Amino acid sequence: MQETVTQVITQCYHCGDDCEHLSISIEEKYFCCEGCKLVYEILNEKNLCDYYSLNEKPGIKQSGIFAKNKFEFLEDEKLQSQLIDFKDSQISKITFFIPSMHCSSCIWLLENLFKINSSIVRSQVNYLQKNLTVTFLNNSITLRKVVETLASIGYEPKLKLDDADKKFQASQNKTLYSKIGIAGFAFGNIMLLTFPEYLAIDDSSIELKKFFSFIIFFLSLPVFFYCSSDFLKSAYYGLKSRVINLDVPLSLGIVALFFRSVYDIFYHYNPGYMDSFAGLIFLLLIGRLFLNKSYEVLNFERNYKSYFPISVTTKKNNIEKNIPLANLNIGDKIVVRNNELIPADSFLLTGDANIDYSFVTGEAIPVHKKLGEIVYAGGRQVGSIIELEITKEVSQSYLSQLWNNSIFKDNVDRQLVSLVNHISKYFTIIILFIAFAASIYWLFVNPAKAVPVFTAVLIIACPCALAMSTPFTLSNAMRILGRNSLFVKNTLTIESLAKIDTIVFDKTGTITEIDKSFIEFIGEELKEDEKKIASSLVKNSTHPLSKKIFNYLNLNSNFNVEDYSEIAGLGISGNIFDSHVKIGSIDFVNSSNGSSIVNKVKNDDSSKEINLNEIKVYLSINGIQKGYFKLNNYYRKGINDLINDLSKKYQLYLLSGDNKSEYENLKKIFGDKSELMFNQTPFDKLEFIKKIKLQNKKVLMIGDGLNDSGALKQSDVGISISEEISNFSPASDAILEAKSLYNLNKLLDFSKISVKLIITSFIISFLYNVVGLYVAVQGELSPLFAAIIMPISSVTVIAFASLSTTVFAKIKGLLN
Amino acid sequence: MSVIVVLIGFSLMLAIGFLIAFLWSVKSGQLEDKYTPSVRILFDDIKPDKAPEKKVNEKHND
Repeated sequence: MQETVTQVITQCYHCGDDCEHLSISIEEKYFCCEGCKLVYEILNEKNLCDYYSLNEKPGIKQSGIFAKNKFEFLEDEKLQSQLIDFKDSQISKITFFIPSMHCSSCIWLLENLFKINSSIVRSQVNYLQKNLTVTFLNNSITLRKVVETLASIGYEPKLKLDDADKKFQASQNKTLYSKIGIAGFAFGNIMLLTFPEYLAIDDSSIELKKFFSFIIFFLSLPVFFYCSSDFLKSAYYGLKSRVINLDVPLSLGIVALFFRSVYDIFYHYNPGYMDSFAGLIFLLLIGRLFLNKSYEVLNFERNYKSYFPISVTTKKNNIEKNIPLANLNIGDKIVVRNNELIPADSFLLTGDANIDYSFVTGEAIPVHKKLGEIVYAGGRQVGSIIELEITKEVSQSYLSQLWNNSIFKDNVDRQLVSLVNHISKYFTIIILFIAFAASIYWLFVNPAKAVPVFTAVLIIACPCALAMSTPFTLSNAMRILGRNSLFVKNTLTIESLAKIDTIVFDKTGTITEIDKSFIEFIGEELKEDEKKIASSLVKNSTHPLSKKIFNYLNLNSNFNVEDYSEIAGLGISGNIFDSHVKIGSIDFVNSSNGSSIVNKVKNDDSSKEINLNEIKVYLSINGIQKGYFKLNNYYRKGINDLINDLSKKYQLYLLSGDNKSEYENLKKIFGDKSELMFNQTPFDKLEFIKKIKLQNKKVLMIGDGLNDSGALKQSDVGISISEEISNFSPASDAILEAKSLYNLNKLLDFSKISVKLIITSFIISFLYNVVGLYVAVQGELSPLFAAIIMPISSVTVIAFASLSTTVFAKIKGLLN
Repeated sequence: MSVIVVLIGFSLMLAIGFLIAFLWSVKSGQLEDKYTPSVRILFDDIKPDKAPEKKVNEKHND
């Protein structure tokens, strides 16, 4: 909120937020809140103020001090053993995920934790993964204390139990690097040792030739048995399940190259094609590395477990205790505070419950619950503290049931038949045909040449360049999409994106912004003092709607409210300057005064359920109804143009978990061709996607919440929208930052272009193949020719793939 | 010409040495994080055993 008068705003020395008043300070340093000041004090005491000199205002806003027993659950032995990576009698090692780290100051501070607590032996940051690995002494510090130390300086780790996959990925990359290293080493040395052969120094002694050949042979052994194992294995499994993937022709080439060369080494004492062989494997492995590229910080495989908190606060005999979520039983009483999540279906014991289900159902407005009513898991409490009694286990709750659907059970990913694998079937058949035809021809003409020609064809046709085109095009495309805030899970997702012909949108949170619904006042324009009166009244209430109205009025009035009362679910009232003011539902506002004012806005049905259709909050002053505040959905920037553009090319659907109140507005945006559906449960959404997929549509689902997660998984490509990419987003194929949604059309176009570019590079590599085959069938393929044409074709394709994607991205305006 | 056998032996040995160094670096996790070390190297070392009071005073004089 900016004042009209220009005024120097002091920023918090710690976090850089504006200081509302200058009362919180140490020496010349001002802070926005006590929390930030506290962090400064800790750092100052421990002599860590370099933190502030490395970057300006590097801190993270410390919104209050965390509850004393917040991390109590970490004392649980079982939970500890799940979280800790390594433990012996002296030390423990644990890796935390700390999304709030954002600059070099953070790295510096987190790596100097030992100064804050000397029992922390070592702490190391992995900035790209936002991980912190801490080694601490078991005897002098507990895990709980370590986490509390981190939280006290503003770096509260996000504790989660589903990290197993990431470690697997890391070890996979390690082997790939080792393989590349070994292949590169062998490639370089073999090439060097083959060089005399190419210079045709024939007068060298046979002994020397033998020596060279055998060294080359030994160098090539690890390349064949270790480095190329992935390709051979994949081809074997492919054939076993009767699929000819790209690795089949590759393996044919690899095997032909290796054994033909071994034969040459032992019978002719010349190194054969070993240099081409090592070079081929080296390039292929690099292609693999590009294909495996992914975003390390992002997690695309989250389920409800990572959404739920790791611990809950239980209450027994008036003693609050934090326990791990897994230990929660039916009948336990739990305490849920403002903005906390309800972990399991339960009923309301005490407190004023306003449950925000937007993430679960897509309803935009929090639902008020009466005492004794069932509260479903996944909702978020807004407002004061409530107490609940658990009625169902966490895994049996309404929300978690979605994950019992078969689509989440089979771990098999959607069958991604990439373009290359599709082509390689025909490719293999043609190559084998040529090889056999050529060798049969030579059998009659010159039988000695039949076998060499057969192997030569397999060698030269080895689709190295073909194998390069996809990884290099797509990894570059992935980088460009990432620059535009669309983070795809893997390179193959881009191919799937290019095939999309149907797009399904979610409403709440996807095309509307949840926190930004805007309010308008309908009725006679309010006078300034009336506004002030209303503002003073809503200020007293913690109800989310009151807060929104307060923000809308944007007045800093502070009139004294007498006789303030809040009737949960209905409204608030109070006396200000002799005026009796009521704000709330129509029934509430009209109730006691029997006013003659006609209810101007009538819904067709008067039942309570339907009243929810439109959110209107009425205002009356002294019994006279002044009008109502109407809550409108706030559509994201550029959504009109986006939908307009998309509807020309794709069939569009809208699936909303919300009610029909926005139908008119949405119809205007989506036009007549698109279908709009409301009141969709998570299961409905999933089934709907299934249904249109049966009509052979390639479906792109765009959603944000847990309620969309079934649909995201069921669709061909699921994109989840996220305000902040490191925040939680449901399992999906890609994460799109909300502010870039308007760009979606371009991004989809670009993925189509990328696939076309892949096809172009296929053609380039085929041309090389034709030249090579022409030479090979004549029995003229010399090792030197192979050693030149194979790398050249690969390099051409790599250069084309990388350059062309960049050029087209620039044309499309996706890169500067 | 037989000297070339010795030379090639040495050169291979040297190359294998580098290969082993590379494999060791992969194994010790040096390739897992390609960003943080570039920042870390710019920080001044602080020694944990330095008397803290002294430095606090220095700070206050700033």
